[in-house]
Amino acid sequence: MKKKSIAIFAAALAIGLVLLWLLQMLLVPKYMTDVREGALIAEYYEEEPNHDVVFIGDCEVYENFSPITLWEEYGITSYIRGSAQQLIWQSYYLMEETFKYETPDVIVFNVLSMKYDTPKSTGSSSQREAYNRMTLDGMRWSDSKVNSILASMTQEEREKEAMWMYLFPLLRYHDRWSELTAEDFRYWLKRDTVSHNGYLMQVGVKPLEDEHVERPLVDYEFAPSCYEYLDRMVELCKAHGTQLVLIKAPSLSPVWWDEWDQQMVAYAEENDLLYINFLNHQEEIGIDWNTDTYDTGLHLNVYGAEKLSSYFGRILSEECGVADRRSDAGLSALWAEKTAAYDAQKAELEAAYAAQK
Amino acid sequence: MQFTSFSFLLFAAVLLTVYYIIPGKWQWPLLLIASCFFYISAGTEYLVFIALTTLSTYATTILMDNRLKQRDVYMAAHKAEMSREEKKAYKAKIKSGNKVWMVACLVLNFGILALCKACLIDPVRTAVSGGTLSFLTVGLPLGISFYMFQSMGYVVDVYRETAKTERNPFKLALFVSFFPQLIQGPISKFNQLTPTLYAPHKFDGKAVSFGLQRMLWGYFKKLVVADRIAVAIGSLKGEEYTGIAFLVLTVFYAIQIYGDFTGGIDVTIGLAEAMGIKLPENFIRPYFSKNIAEYWRRWHISLGVWMKDCIFYPISVSEPMRKLSKASRAKFPNFGKRVPVYVASVATWFCTGIWHGFSANFIVWGMLNCFVIVVSEELMPVYAKFHDRFHLKEKKWYGGFEILRMFMLMNLIRACDLFPNVGDYFRRLGSIVTTFNFHILWDGTLMNIGLTALDYAIIFGGCLTWFVMDLLQEKGPIRERLYAKPAALRYSLIFILLVVVLLMGSYGIGYDASNFIYNQF
Amino acid sequence: MEALLNILSELHPEVDFETCTTLIDDKILDSFDIVTLVAEIDAEYDVAIPAEELVPENFNSAQALYALIEKLLDE
Repeated sequence: MKKKSIAIFAAALAIGLVLLWLLQMLLVPKYMTDVREGALIAEYYEEEPNHDVVFIGDCEVYENFSPITLWEEYGITSYIRGSAQQLIWQSYYLMEETFKYETPDVIVFNVLSMKYDTPKSTGSSSQREAYNRMTLDGMRWSDSKVNSILASMTQEEREKEAMWMYLFPLLRYHDRWSELTAEDFRYWLKRDTVSHNGYLMQVGVKPLEDEHVERPLVDYEFAPSCYEYLDRMVELCKAHGTQLVLIKAPSLSPVWWDEWDQQMVAYAEENDLLYINFLNHQEEIGIDWNTDTYDTGLHLNVYGAEKLSSYFGRILSEECGVADRRSDAGLSALWAEKTAAYDAQKAELEAAYAAQK
Repeated sequence: MQFTSFSFLLFAAVLLTVYYIIPGKWQWPLLLIASCFFYISAGTEYLVFIALTTLSTYATTILMDNRLKQRDVYMAAHKAEMSREEKKAYKAKIKSGNKVWMVACLVLNFGILALCKACLIDPVRTAVSGGTLSFLTVGLPLGISFYMFQSMGYVVDVYRETAKTERNPFKLALFVSFFPQLIQGPISKFNQLTPTLYAPHKFDGKAVSFGLQRMLWGYFKKLVVADRIAVAIGSLKGEEYTGIAFLVLTVFYAIQIYGDFTGGIDVTIGLAEAMGIKLPENFIRPYFSKNIAEYWRRWHISLGVWMKDCIFYPISVSEPMRKLSKASRAKFPNFGKRVPVYVASVATWFCTGIWHGFSANFIVWGMLNCFVIVVSEELMPVYAKFHDRFHLKEKKWYGGFEILRMFMLMNLIRACDLFPNVGDYFRRLGSIVTTFNFHILWDGTLMNIGLTALDYAIIFGGCLTWFVMDLLQEKGPIRERLYAKPAALRYSLIFILLVVVLLMGSYGIGYDASNFIYNQF
Repeated sequence: MEALLNILSELHPEVDFETCTTLIDDKILDSFDIVTLVAEIDAEYDVAIPAEELVPENFNSAQALYALIEKLLDE
């Protein structure tokens, strides 16, 4: 009798846990048709981890660089570990995690996030719980993820012990049951790939109209905590024999102040790093702000991204010595597939965009 | 650690596991350690308060007990040579000595409590915070009103020789600080709580399961209903909501405070039950009462019992009362014999009001309760005649009417504690008979107080479930009846309840979980 | 005993006090009744029942109550 009731209990517990897991899978946001950038981080794990170059950073990397172009023109294999409003400590832990899977020749980090202070300090309007989730939920569990969560939590998340909500996303998204859509059921247990090695394609065109104007700041000095994470990135790359390249994408907004640029130039010199501010190379890249942006200069569209990648690819192969892998038959076949998917989506999106117009 | 926090659930889970792994004789020390941990996690600065209460309680009760023991030894030894009068005088001497100790202990502890409560009021806070006691002004030490009353109840019981004296200071410390009841009671009596509190308990699947079920039910009431409706109460307190809107507020508040308080108590009693410890019930479905007096025998029972034993009875049978009673009986034979009852009632309700907070509205609230109870008592014969005349007691609907009447009346009285300014309360109360704004029920006003249609649906569904459960419970213990059902049904129902709490509870990002209301007392 | 029963039935004419042993447990007597009773008993027997004796065991039945009065008279 006793044995029987224990068996029943165990069975009930197992069924209950499976049901709760299914419920959780149903309730988490899918990021498949809307806010697709939320799906980026998780896609990395589908990849064979053997990239020559890994990009890390916010929307200024995943919207502005196209790994397909880098492959087609320079035979460089690359992946973009980008996410929306990725903050520097999140970038650091993504980098730390990346090294658990692979050791690329070059890691490229976009320095815009130097301007965002840690959540512990006050007045950081950049810190949004929704962005935290998009960067962190996709990561596999490891000490890097835990540390990244601990570094990222907002005041409200800390007060509400959000670590539990990262462990069990059901607790975070429990009230989405009233707003479930067909998308949630369609992608209940599977996901489509939304990116091309981390690149999120946009084909629309919305030209730059007015100069982006921002009010001058009182203090241009980057926060010590941001420098601290940058230092840790430098050390980490050094320890793995990987070259760290700092870049500032040519996005016109948010404004990249000269005072900031000077600090980065000095930092790169001091640490013997390559730092490229693409804003200073717009003409050589050939960016036309009438045709190459989909949101008036905040991000490049696919045409701009291809131009920028073409420009940066030359630097990577000539100055950083990243090898051309096109002679590798296996890789060629793999990338041929990727390129085909890329071209297909580009054609599809262009047709849709034309129809919409 | 809030009952609704994840860390509390983890804490409870770890504790339960360890509790049943270690040998039985280590269980109560474990609970003491857990209680200390629980209390320290709320803030170490408050530890001194609970330590002081524990120490003074221990010292006083041991002193009194020693004197009582001495008395018994002396009486036994001198049984033969003492006359009846001598015996009586000797006993009285010991008793009055004990009384001094008891009163000293009560004055010390209630003095601390009064000081802490007074510091919540602005002028006092300002006056005190300038001095060295500034840490007092942060807030009330966790659960002070509850552990203080429980400890002082025990001191009184030892004085009256109705409770055995606990001579192990650590066991006593556990009685004072037992963590599940620290936040909002119940205020247990020593004789009720300690037999199961100190005893070793073997793992009993049924008891653990019952306890967890009760906790889950508590979370349902708290998270799904009470916390969801809380936002509307904040809005409806606004100036512009008078007349019918005020009535709506009183009903919402009735739902919120009942869910909040009984939900918390269910978590408390359920957790204790899972550890084999039996706590007294604090509520017996009070909204099914037919009058205010009955309501107060079914709502926050442990506080009512405390007030009855330690204030109402002692005052009503005290020597001055005896004299007053005799004098008043001589003058008004009928009403006169009830004078002690009424005087004691006023005192009791004054204390109950003060217990809830050092502000005018709580005292008014207490007096309103007292007034209604006393008037109903005086009008009893009139009611009886009226009932007989129309044979109302035999009519089924009349019981329902009485319950509804009690509910509305109690709601009106209770709303007093929502308004720190008593004037605001009476203005709104008055607006019921001057403002007939029934239109607010359908003109969209109720959609502008922070609740969406979905919220209303959840609250309504939650209340309906709750009402049905209370009806079922009136007929007999639900969990026992469920236990007799097939396992598949049993597990399914519990799982559904769990999912409802998980999905429809107001918790997590975007929700401002309101503290359990009774934390502040 | 007779006098006590009279006092009791004056309070609650509908109850059979000679047989009932659950006056408190079944909530027949409430705290108001008890205090009224104490005053009535004081008037009748000239005995003061102290607060510590106001426990359910002493008030559950007329017999128990009478035993209490006798005990107090005896002291």
